Amino acid sequence: MSTITKDGVSSPAPAKASPAKPRRGLRGSPTFNFWLFTGPFLIGLAIFVYLPILWSLYLSFFEARFTVTPSEFIGVDNYVTMLTDEDFMGSLVTFTIFAAFIVPLTWGTSLGLALMVNRLRFMRAFFRSVFFLPTAVSYVAASLVWKMSIFNGVRFGLANTFLGLFGIDNTAWLASPDPPWYWLVILTVRLWLQAGFYMILFIAALQNIPQEMYEAAAIDGAKPGWQTFWYITLPQLRATSTAVILLLLVAAYQAFDEFFNLLSKTTWGRPPLVELYHKALGESQDYGAGSAGALILTVLICLVTLLQGKFMGFGRGEESK
Amino acid sequence: MSAFRNSNFDRRTALRAALGLAAAGGLAACGGNTGRSSGGGAGLTQYFHAYGEAGTEQAIKRYAKAYKETNVTTQWITGSNFESKLFASLLTDKAPDCFEFHPQLQMIESGQVADLTDLIDPVKDDFNPADIQSHTVDGKIYGIRMIDDPQFFFYRPSLFEKAGVEVPQTLEELAEAAAKLTTDKVKGAYLGNTLHSMINPLIWSAGAQHLDEKNQIAYHTDAVVDGFKQLRKLFTSGDLLLDAPTDFWDPSALNQGLTAMQWCGMWAMPQMQEALGDDLGIFPFPKVGSAGKQSVYNGGWSMFVNAKSKNLEATKEYVKWLWIDQKEYQEDWALSYGFHIPPRTSIAESADKLKSGLPAEGVKLFNEFGHFDNIGWTQASITALDDVLANCVRKGGDPDKELTKADAKVNKELKKLFG
Repeated sequence: MSTITKDGVSSPAPAKASPAKPRRGLRGSPTFNFWLFTGPFLIGLAIFVYLPILWSLYLSFFEARFTVTPSEFIGVDNYVTMLTDEDFMGSLVTFTIFAAFIVPLTWGTSLGLALMVNRLRFMRAFFRSVFFLPTAVSYVAASLVWKMSIFNGVRFGLANTFLGLFGIDNTAWLASPDPPWYWLVILTVRLWLQAGFYMILFIAALQNIPQEMYEAAAIDGAKPGWQTFWYITLPQLRATSTAVILLLLVAAYQAFDEFFNLLSKTTWGRPPLVELYHKALGESQDYGAGSAGALILTVLICLVTLLQGKFMGFGRGEESK
Repeated sequence: MSAFRNSNFDRRTALRAALGLAAAGGLAACGGNTGRSSGGGAGLTQYFHAYGEAGTEQAIKRYAKAYKETNVTTQWITGSNFESKLFASLLTDKAPDCFEFHPQLQMIESGQVADLTDLIDPVKDDFNPADIQSHTVDGKIYGIRMIDDPQFFFYRPSLFEKAGVEVPQTLEELAEAAAKLTTDKVKGAYLGNTLHSMINPLIWSAGAQHLDEKNQIAYHTDAVVDGFKQLRKLFTSGDLLLDAPTDFWDPSALNQGLTAMQWCGMWAMPQMQEALGDDLGIFPFPKVGSAGKQSVYNGGWSMFVNAKSKNLEATKEYVKWLWIDQKEYQEDWALSYGFHIPPRTSIAESADKLKSGLPAEGVKLFNEFGHFDNIGWTQASITALDDVLANCVRKGGDPDKELTKADAKVNKELKKLFG
């Protein structure tokens, strides 16, 4: 439609309101959409994380055996009990030993596997799958296979059968802490379970290293192999290595399944979560002491994380901008 | 409203409904098999640990199905931590209405188990008096014994004869026998992977008790300390089977020829007889020290009613029906799968399977050397002595010092229980 001017020239009709005009109201509101998407998770977080933490704090000041609704206030007794408890303090030592071995061991193994698989020309996908598959196995199932088939103490256990070929007597791998063979069982099962996952991270990082760097290094006289690895590959993997070490440390803090299943009814080889399980949820059912221990552990983890962040330089890049 | 919008709305509604159904399905799956009302009657739940004998799960479910008053669902809990699952669930709304366990005072003090005196009183005289006593506090009876499970050593007489070994009468003789019986293929003895089942008989065989009549510590004696030292010597001798694929309650180690003698319960006797025929004998835990006496641990399981159950009366009626009235089921439960001694005297006396051969020998040892659970010996105390064994037998600590550490924990528990 158009209008006629006095000059007889038609001019365009004023534009109508666009039919695609954005909706108003709740659905068009970014705030609404934010709460719509995050709300359920925040509610879940509040109910399943923050509320239990607060309830745990409450329980830690009460005598709470066989009940989570206690009435006998005992102040900081549970904290004193846990801080003077040899088993709880020993669990922190166990964690330290475990982390000291499993973090570098997994880092080195997964990096080695990544380097090996990355160089393959044939069957690369097959080997990637083979090494990655254990990641899909549950810790409980793997622990039971390790305990009952590979590292049992009888003559037909896989490890003992192998040793028997060399005339070595049957070994009881998990029965005693002296010698501490149980560490071999625990470390190998976790290494088998998690090395494949970190291998994938390293493969991704390796494929991001520009080929030109190796070519330039070769022109400059760098020998392929150890020299190239040390001066080019490893520095280029620094960011991935940092992330892997951090993830491995977090995973070590969460160690529970393999210790619980491999070392039932021992007083040794208990990382903090296993110790707290026995205190609170196991046969003792002391929710007061267990809660106090959990909060002590939480504070400790926060402190370690802060220190770790300081030493590893998290956020330093942001500050320098 | 346009037809288009209508259609759009319908699709969204359908999607929401589908998601809602999926979520409801998921939630239903989470809380599935609770045994709550499924039409008709209150709907009850009972917890059982997974027995090793074939057919037991089906039997328990068959009894429950035969109860016409209400629907009874069974949760058959596998794994070795039945206790912790039970304790945790008892704190929630999904707690079972009734469950099997052992008599322990803290459950009564916490108001977790109901008084069943009125159910048992009419037939009290038909129960093994020790079973009644071990479930009684201040004249009230808190559980109904379902089975008695004596535990002793099972051995292969042919291997004993070959090695020139007599049945051990003392712990020292047991160690000597284990040494003589050990070959490059067969270990002398199997006491379980954790050795925890040794604690109770060790205390009794050393002439001690867990608690005295005033509910004070009575286990910390020189003879018990010496017993732990002897166990340590045996543990490190190389004559014990360690880290077997299954624990002491499973007869596989003896049946597969991995050991010449094994600590186990009477429940496994049929499986052993099937595997070994007549080449099977039993003897009690040998005495420890000069003042000791051989002992047999009379384990077993009892049925308890959750005092906080929403269906308390209905549960009591069910428990009475099954474990007081249905003698046929009680006999079936005790004798058709493994061998257990029925706690009802009338059933035990009429049970043909227990009247001859090795089962009769087991009943004899049960009657002559048996010791029952002390209701005041609760989980905290059990764990304290478990730790003593782990620390001094498996780890090599000093038994006297470990027992002193345990004393502090047990005294704390006793103070909570008895003031």
